[in-house]
Amino acid sequence: MLLAGGLAACGGGGGTPTLRWYTNPDDGGQAKLAAECTRASGGRYKIETSVLPIDATAQREQLVRRLAAKDSGLDIMSLDPVFVAEAANAGFLRAFPPNEAEQFTRGVFPPAVRNSTWEGKLYAAPFWANTQILWYRKSVAKKAGVDPSAPGFTWDKLIDAALRSGTTVGAQGNKYEGYMVWVNALIASAGGQIIGSAEKGDDATIGIDSSAGHRAAQVISRLARSRAASPTLSTDIEEQARSLLNGPRGGFMVNWGYIWRAENGDAEDGVIDKRIPADLGWARYPAVDPGRPSKPPFGGIELGIGAYGKYRDTLAVEAVRCVTSTPNMKKYMIDSGNPAARAEVFDDPEIVKEFPMAGLIRDSINAAAPRPITPYYTDVSGAVQSRWHPPASVDAGTPHRSGTFIRQVLRDQALL
Amino acid sequence: MTAVQSAPVAGRPAGRAEVSDRSRAERRLGLLLSAPAVLVMLVVTAYPLFNALYLSLFSYRLTAPDDRRFVWFGNYATALSDPLFWQDVLTTFLVTAITVVVELVIGFALAMVMHRALFMRRTVRTAILLPYGIVTVISAFAWRYAFDLQSGFVNQWFGLGDYAWFSGRWSSLSVIILSEIWKTTPFVSLLLLAGLAQVPRDLGEAATVDGATAWQRLWRVTVPNMKAAILVAVLFRTLDAWRIFDNVFVMTSGQQHTETLSFLTYRQTISRTAIGLGDAVGVLLFLSVVLIAVVFIRGFRVDLSQVRGDR
Repeated sequence: MLLAGGLAACGGGGGTPTLRWYTNPDDGGQAKLAAECTRASGGRYKIETSVLPIDATAQREQLVRRLAAKDSGLDIMSLDPVFVAEAANAGFLRAFPPNEAEQFTRGVFPPAVRNSTWEGKLYAAPFWANTQILWYRKSVAKKAGVDPSAPGFTWDKLIDAALRSGTTVGAQGNKYEGYMVWVNALIASAGGQIIGSAEKGDDATIGIDSSAGHRAAQVISRLARSRAASPTLSTDIEEQARSLLNGPRGGFMVNWGYIWRAENGDAEDGVIDKRIPADLGWARYPAVDPGRPSKPPFGGIELGIGAYGKYRDTLAVEAVRCVTSTPNMKKYMIDSGNPAARAEVFDDPEIVKEFPMAGLIRDSINAAAPRPITPYYTDVSGAVQSRWHPPASVDAGTPHRSGTFIRQVLRDQALL
Repeated sequence: MTAVQSAPVAGRPAGRAEVSDRSRAERRLGLLLSAPAVLVMLVVTAYPLFNALYLSLFSYRLTAPDDRRFVWFGNYATALSDPLFWQDVLTTFLVTAITVVVELVIGFALAMVMHRALFMRRTVRTAILLPYGIVTVISAFAWRYAFDLQSGFVNQWFGLGDYAWFSGRWSSLSVIILSEIWKTTPFVSLLLLAGLAQVPRDLGEAATVDGATAWQRLWRVTVPNMKAAILVAVLFRTLDAWRIFDNVFVMTSGQQHTETLSFLTYRQTISRTAIGLGDAVGVLLFLSVVLIAVVFIRGFRVDLSQVRGDR
């Protein structure tokens, strides 16, 4: 089907300028939008899509290699928000001048704008925004006697509830970007940040060795060493956490918004028990301290324009405008299940009907804390993963060790 | 390798005696004929090598070109003083040592089988060589899926329950080493078969007449006479194993401390785009390869003279 969409896009004729859009894999939603915008352009351009590897780190690897070689055949790219700063700093992205920037940021969630901005300039157009929420089995919460949506529902209460009911708290503990998402959300929820004044490059202030860092370490260490942890926590990614929730010991899980679609789809296909979706509840990402509302993780995709493409100042901008228009964001959200980057889409009746938790997702994205915005993001994330993994090894010394290590890695004083 | 071996032989007749016009012309022709190949070699090997050497003296990230700083040999100091580097050296060494020894033993046995096979010779040889014909990445995936908890059959066959092979260092390394052995033993046996074929049959027959047992014939006649082939096999395999990458990449992506030297280089250079530090590790890897080659080639010559001399 996605192929059909792509082929339809190619039907535009020979002399039409072609824009190449590198997309993250998404079951063809972006390819459909490409076809849509090609049609809407009335033959002035056509967009062809190329699919990048599945995981974010590998996507970045391929894009960076192409951009470092000044690939002129890279017009538009779907970028994970954490890589925008790096690409912008390296001169790989075309900046949007203020008059263009306005329309790409109007009504867009603040964390998405912050993540797309580097040194005061907008380098990418927010396309869709993502966040994690707490998913749980309503029956389990009832049995444990907790209301996860109550304000002040903390990780400690969550772990207690799972222990009481003999269930688990699923999380992403594999040594990969998803684990960094968890660590960062915990530190931000405790009122800290891993890196401050990131624009100073390798002189940035490192805030992981702080009281917030210690609180985060306590949460991870407590969960990982308790019976509420997944037996394979140290290799779990999103999908393992989901199957844990569907299993006999399933209770709670922090995970992205795609869960709703995935669970309903699996129930329809008979992969999981048909009663599970009806038993599925959702609440805001758990807090670390009772008095401080949580800062949920932030993710999604921003669209960057390659600095070396032939149509970077003309057709590429037009195409990005088309793809990120509010109607197309809504279309993409219904099509792929990925939340739009503009808040107004979430009030759309069609969206509310399709995603009953749309309001929660909107509020979570609004409150979300981005991961460190720094051109050295890969190093920072890798250094954190290296010292915080496996989750069961985290102890009171972890924040300090990781702080020292991040500094060393940033200064080329240690291998990673 | 053959060049090293045959150079003295070819050089001897012309030797110290006066060089005739003809042989001088021939030599010139030889140089001219090899010049294009040498040029290509310079472009594709020497240039990247020197470029890497140059870049390894900088603190330089591909994505932060403005922050490039000249740091002399700082990157080498960083790498050599980093426990991670030495841990990876140890991993690489273990993989190399174990695979080469096991492959040599099994490879020799298989070479004997191929050599002695009286019937279905072609079938036997094809069957033995088959794993070598499979692309490493594909064989790595096959092994990974075989040992995987969800899709694998290994745990079922051996009643291992839910033993997670890729969650521990030594279990992961064992799978990596096993698949490496399965994949490249045929290569060793092929080289050894060539060596076996060169051992004159009459030597063995003479030894039999003198009353040597099969074991004595193997150790006193066959092995010494194919020493050159054995060393070539060991050298090639050592260099190959030392640079192991694909199996680790596919099976564990270097997790659980299964990272090897080339994987370390890959991660610094390609994943982190820390060009300076990555190139320093790359140069160190290159130097270690050169060291292995030199040690072997030196060892080679000594052994060759021994073979020709007193034995």
